[in-house]
Amino acid sequence: MSNFMPGQPLVAVVQRIEIKKLRQGENLILGFSIGGGIDQDPGQNPFSDDKADKGIYVTRITPGGPADAANLRMGDKIMQVNGYDMTMMTHDQARKRLTQKKEDVVRLLVTRKSLEEAVKTSMGGCYPRQ
Amino acid sequence: MDTESTYSGYSYYSGRSRGSHRHGERSRDRDRHKSRNKDSRSEKSVTINTPPAEPLLGDSSVRGEQVQDDNWGETTTAVTGTSEHSLSQEDIVRITKDLEDSVGLDCRRYFTLTLAVILGLLVFLTPLAFLVLPYILWPEKLQTCGTACEGLFISVAFKLLILLLAVWALFFRSPRAGLPRVFVFRALLAVLVLLFVMSYWLFYGVRILDTQDENYQGIVQYAVSLVDALLFIHYLAIVLLELRQLQPCFSVSVMRSTDGEKRHYNLGQLSIQRAALAILEHYYCDFPVHNPALLSASKSRAAKHLAGLKVYNVDGEFPASPADGPGNNAAAGMAHSQSRAMIAAAARRRDTSHNELYYEEAEHERRVRKRKARLVVAVEEAFTHIKRMQEEDQKKTPGDVMDPREAAQAIFPSMARALQKYLRTTKQQHCHSMESIQQHLAFCITNNMTPKAFLESYLSAGPTLQYSRNHWLARQWTLISEASVTSGLSDGSIFQLKCVDFSLVVTTKKIPYIQMSEEYIDPKSHKFVLRLQSETSV
Repeated sequence: MSNFMPGQPLVAVVQRIEIKKLRQGENLILGFSIGGGIDQDPGQNPFSDDKADKGIYVTRITPGGPADAANLRMGDKIMQVNGYDMTMMTHDQARKRLTQKKEDVVRLLVTRKSLEEAVKTSMGGCYPRQ
Repeated sequence: MDTESTYSGYSYYSGRSRGSHRHGERSRDRDRHKSRNKDSRSEKSVTINTPPAEPLLGDSSVRGEQVQDDNWGETTTAVTGTSEHSLSQEDIVRITKDLEDSVGLDCRRYFTLTLAVILGLLVFLTPLAFLVLPYILWPEKLQTCGTACEGLFISVAFKLLILLLAVWALFFRSPRAGLPRVFVFRALLAVLVLLFVMSYWLFYGVRILDTQDENYQGIVQYAVSLVDALLFIHYLAIVLLELRQLQPCFSVSVMRSTDGEKRHYNLGQLSIQRAALAILEHYYCDFPVHNPALLSASKSRAAKHLAGLKVYNVDGEFPASPADGPGNNAAAGMAHSQSRAMIAAAARRRDTSHNELYYEEAEHERRVRKRKARLVVAVEEAFTHIKRMQEEDQKKTPGDVMDPREAAQAIFPSMARALQKYLRTTKQQHCHSMESIQQHLAFCITNNMTPKAFLESYLSAGPTLQYSRNHWLARQWTLISEASVTSGLSDGSIFQLKCVDFSLVVTTKKIPYIQMSEEYIDPKSHKFVLRLQSETSV
């Protein structure tokens, strides 16, 4: 969520979220919707601070679904899925990475603005920001 | 204003030109030069006389009311107003400063006219004199005029004719107004022409008359060069007087002081007095007529505010005592605190007057609309009684055939009451006399107008020119300006045009310099991509 320069390492405060996929008939679903991607228009993203941010964001959470149970929130930016970086992905690649049929569990690293605020207040303002 | 009042008897309301009724064209008077009290004020206040134009129907019977009709100078001879060769009033002021005080306004004007005529004759007769004098003075010594020389005669003749036509076109127009000060460019041009002609005469006198030159062709060529140079001076006159102010340079905003009506105009580089003249001409065409009856409501409200409070001084000191030293300070302080107390009390007291205003205005609006509805219905009904008669009907009913005036008089009574009430409600009743309403009705009937077209001139206030003479309400304007009125307009200059009832405040703004650059767009460069924002549920 902080200003990021292409090519420079990105520093963010992330939270680990583990979601167990739910089986519904033939499909394994996670219970949320994603938006964004490097092939999409970042200006229309309502959740990002920086309107040039082409990352993957959580746009909707099915209430009562696995993502909701795992404490994923709307507006979270997904940084990693199972160790794979999601900050430079097309929309379709991101979808594919989340809906692998062989995986039961996805471990996400997500970031949101409230995390940074919390860290800043707890560390008393000496948190090095990039 | 005292200087203006002493001259009010001399202000010339010359209205109609005797014998020539040019419709729609104003024949205005030459300037009345008022003596300026150079020591009295820092502001220069000078007067523009703009006499009203002829009535619509050219009725010359009304002329009797005028004090003096001194338009004869403009209409009887070909020389009207100033020609290019007139001596300016500035010259007159410089030369005959006591003359303007003693002789009076009439003589000054005739003096200017005489000088203009003299200069014109001098200029036109000089080439002819150059050509004719050798034949008179030393005819036997002159060489005979060959073909080339005689060809030059034709050239002189036609150039003089062209010069005559050009001067007539540019200068022999009836003056539009009397301006307070001299038209600087005209004065300069007149001086230039005079100097020019004098120098030619000097050269002629010394080199040709004294030595009695025999080369007639040279003399003729000399005369041709004079006429050529006069044509070029005329070109200069066109550029200075006509062309220079065409390109808009300033945007002036004109605001009427009584009701805040505001208009904006574009003017070129003009002197302040000429700009004021242009603005006044626009004023008569654009601004709705000044209706003093509409201002009475706010005046009564203001009077109520003032009359509400009285301040009583219980301490016994008189604030108006002209004591000096500490006594005066105490008095001034007392007056100051009194006024502050009054303002504070008035501010607290003003709770109800805005309420009254609101309800009064709503009520007035309703009343106006009701009267208007009644009026529209009455007029429409009246118009149905009149039908234009066709040719074939003429044989059937030859009895009650009417001309437009009689037709108007026939249907007027049915709508008169509604119209009168409407005009009373909108406070316009003094702008339209019964005679004028009937005239307008006859005019509308003649031109096949609908009732709505007839009513339009009563529903909204039109520009001042459309009303009868006595409603122009201002024929004499005073230009009040801190800068000299012959200086040019500049950014931020402010001046006022004052008449008896109100004043027009004019502010100037310069049109900015525009720097334009170019950008070329290749027509093939218009390419588009799709920007998606899809949402997928996982």
